[in-house]
Amino acid sequence: MTKKYFGDVKDIKGEVHIKKSVCKGCAFCVEYCPRDVLVMSEEFNQKGYHPPVVAKRLECCYCKLCEAICPEFAIFVTEMEEEEE
Amino acid sequence: MVKADPKGVMTGSWFLDGDYALAEGALAAGCRFFAGYPITPSTETAERFAARIPKVGGCFIQMEDEIASIAALIGGVWGGQKAMTVTSGPGFSLMMENIGLACMMETPMVIANVQRAGPSTGLPTLVAQQDMMQVRWGSHGDYRIIALAPDSPQECFDMTIEAFNLSETYRVPVFIMTDEIVGHMHEKLVVPPAEEIDLVERKWYTGPKDKYLPYKNDKDGIPFMVRSGDGYRFHTTGLTHDERGYPLLNAEQQKITVGHLIDKIDGNADKIISLEEKEIKGAEVVVLSYGITSRVAVKAVQDAKKAGIKVGTLRLRTVWPFPEKRVAELSRKVKAIVVPEINAGQMVREVERSVAGRCRVTSVPHFGGWVHDPKDILKAIKEAAK
Amino acid sequence: MTAKKAPAPVNPMEEFLRMDRIPHIWCPGCGIGTVVTSFVEGVRKEKINLDDIAIVSGIGCTGRVAGYVKFDSFHTTHGRAMAFATGLKLGNPRQKVVVFSGDGDLTGIGGNHFIHAARRNMDMTVICINNFNYAMTGGQVAPTSPPDSKMSTAPTGNFEPAFSLPYLAEASGATYIARWTALHIRRVTKSIQEALNHKGFSFVEVITPCPTLYARRNRLGDGLDLMKYYYDSSEIRHGHDTRDTEIDFQGKIICGKFVDKKKPTFLDAMNTHFTKTFGDKYQPYGVDND
Repeated sequence: MTKKYFGDVKDIKGEVHIKKSVCKGCAFCVEYCPRDVLVMSEEFNQKGYHPPVVAKRLECCYCKLCEAICPEFAIFVTEMEEEEE
Repeated sequence: MVKADPKGVMTGSWFLDGDYALAEGALAAGCRFFAGYPITPSTETAERFAARIPKVGGCFIQMEDEIASIAALIGGVWGGQKAMTVTSGPGFSLMMENIGLACMMETPMVIANVQRAGPSTGLPTLVAQQDMMQVRWGSHGDYRIIALAPDSPQECFDMTIEAFNLSETYRVPVFIMTDEIVGHMHEKLVVPPAEEIDLVERKWYTGPKDKYLPYKNDKDGIPFMVRSGDGYRFHTTGLTHDERGYPLLNAEQQKITVGHLIDKIDGNADKIISLEEKEIKGAEVVVLSYGITSRVAVKAVQDAKKAGIKVGTLRLRTVWPFPEKRVAELSRKVKAIVVPEINAGQMVREVERSVAGRCRVTSVPHFGGWVHDPKDILKAIKEAAK
Repeated sequence: MTAKKAPAPVNPMEEFLRMDRIPHIWCPGCGIGTVVTSFVEGVRKEKINLDDIAIVSGIGCTGRVAGYVKFDSFHTTHGRAMAFATGLKLGNPRQKVVVFSGDGDLTGIGGNHFIHAARRNMDMTVICINNFNYAMTGGQVAPTSPPDSKMSTAPTGNFEPAFSLPYLAEASGATYIARWTALHIRRVTKSIQEALNHKGFSFVEVITPCPTLYARRNRLGDGLDLMKYYYDSSEIRHGHDTRDTEIDFQGKIICGKFVDKKKPTFLDAMNTHFTKTFGDKYQPYGVDND
């Protein structure tokens, strides 16, 4: 059910992958995501930091800003595969 | 072993000074990168390099200070070149930190110190042998180096080639400790044809790229080396590191790393040390000297023999590692060892340490600015023979 | 739903990193990791042969960059990365040499080597991560610390004036100068791409948050608060006069590409000169690769 623009330009969606074990909870990704896809979680990783979680999965537009700004190499985005509905 | 590249070998008989001979020796040894800084009395070597390098091939750069010179040298070696620099006392002091880096990264290179009198600015144009302990202990931490002491322009040439060979064999900086007189003395220099010069090639790694470990020792105790840009994607650091070259900051690794740096040289001391002994058999007194002082001592030894004293000479071609075993051996057979040096008594301490009280050790210091009066050395020999 | 047979996705950055050493030692909210990410993205976009890149770094937090990237990398002594890189480039001129250095390492102890490498227009890329202090040793004042900032060796405030690094680089002769903050991730990447392709001394300064020392000692919050300050106070002015690029404490940060010109590099000048002097007898150095 992907939105289409100008007839056939498809909305790109991204799948966010978070490597919780290396995250240090700096919140750059949460702050600068243009669609507010991420929020800081309440859980702890084994170093005691709060990693982010994906709050609005379908809002991710594959801009990859979180991947570019993360200082820990802990988050990256792949193109979400189209799901047959 | 490979033969020298004829392009860098100035075959023939020449009348040159020690400084020029150092440069010619380096070019004959395949050195194609020189980063230096002018300092009396070593500047002539840099000038010779600057003039010759464009015709031989290679790169000369005058850096902004001695610290930059030695840092650039290490970089040049890791880029794949044989590299050399030359300096004197004040520049030598500046280089100390990065000499430690070269030792830690196990970087082969040659550094010549044309010694002048210190401390500090001292006597910039006059001879001394005052950096002999500094070459050994100058940088912080525990490490070992090799140091040679030529006594003539011919030896400046020959020893530079030896120095490059030793540095490539043991992956360690090798120092040529000349002095202002040998550096500025003009004498006959015979440069052999290139086919007669044997060079040790760098210990290049030739195995699979993904299995390369920069600091894993080979059977001979020395790790293989690569150069940057050949696809090995290695890392090296001045921090205490493991076999992968990655920092590993604990006491266990320190023991392994520092132990290796020490054993590399001390364990091979017998192969490295080179001495010139004359009339040692049956001698009562041995004159132990190095560099220009050994030539001055010749007169004193001649006069002592005329006076009936049985004198032998031991000339240190290799000053570090110090030949403690040989000196200890001698101390059991002779009455005394006389050590003239143009400093306040530096190598004599090593002699005393090796002798351990078994025979008399007499220091004949000279604080620099000129060579000894042979009469002073003769006086010491006569005193020692009593 | 189609069954997923593909293995778990891997961060594309991992190919460029020494993953056996991740997580790295930098603090939470430190921008150095972001700059490394921007750098790697630039290398990836330019499709540079990874075997040709050599990274040289000094000592300090930024100095640790060499240990985390999967290129031929050298972690050298404090302030001497520029001199080492000069030698490395001249030893193997085919390489692209990139120097990662902190503000204190590059312009404090390394100041002399910086200005001379720039003067010679050595063909290398220098990425200066400027966090306004000597962070690794606990947050001492640095030549770039803004006046009135409090650091551990200026506990009542810094009374010394600070360098403006683009001005220093231009005065020394750098031929490509750009300044960004860690927040300008895509622009840093673009500048790095341009710098890597630029023949000559390329200098990219990236103002980076230091939460544990600079921000804490000056009560500025954490890394995110510094990023917000960059957002609020950075102004992009390409081609701006570098004489006017000083940064006051929590003041305006003028970013952009300030200088981009062509001048012969050290090796170009050397080869041109010797070819002119010796003619055919001279074989240009670093041109016919071995």
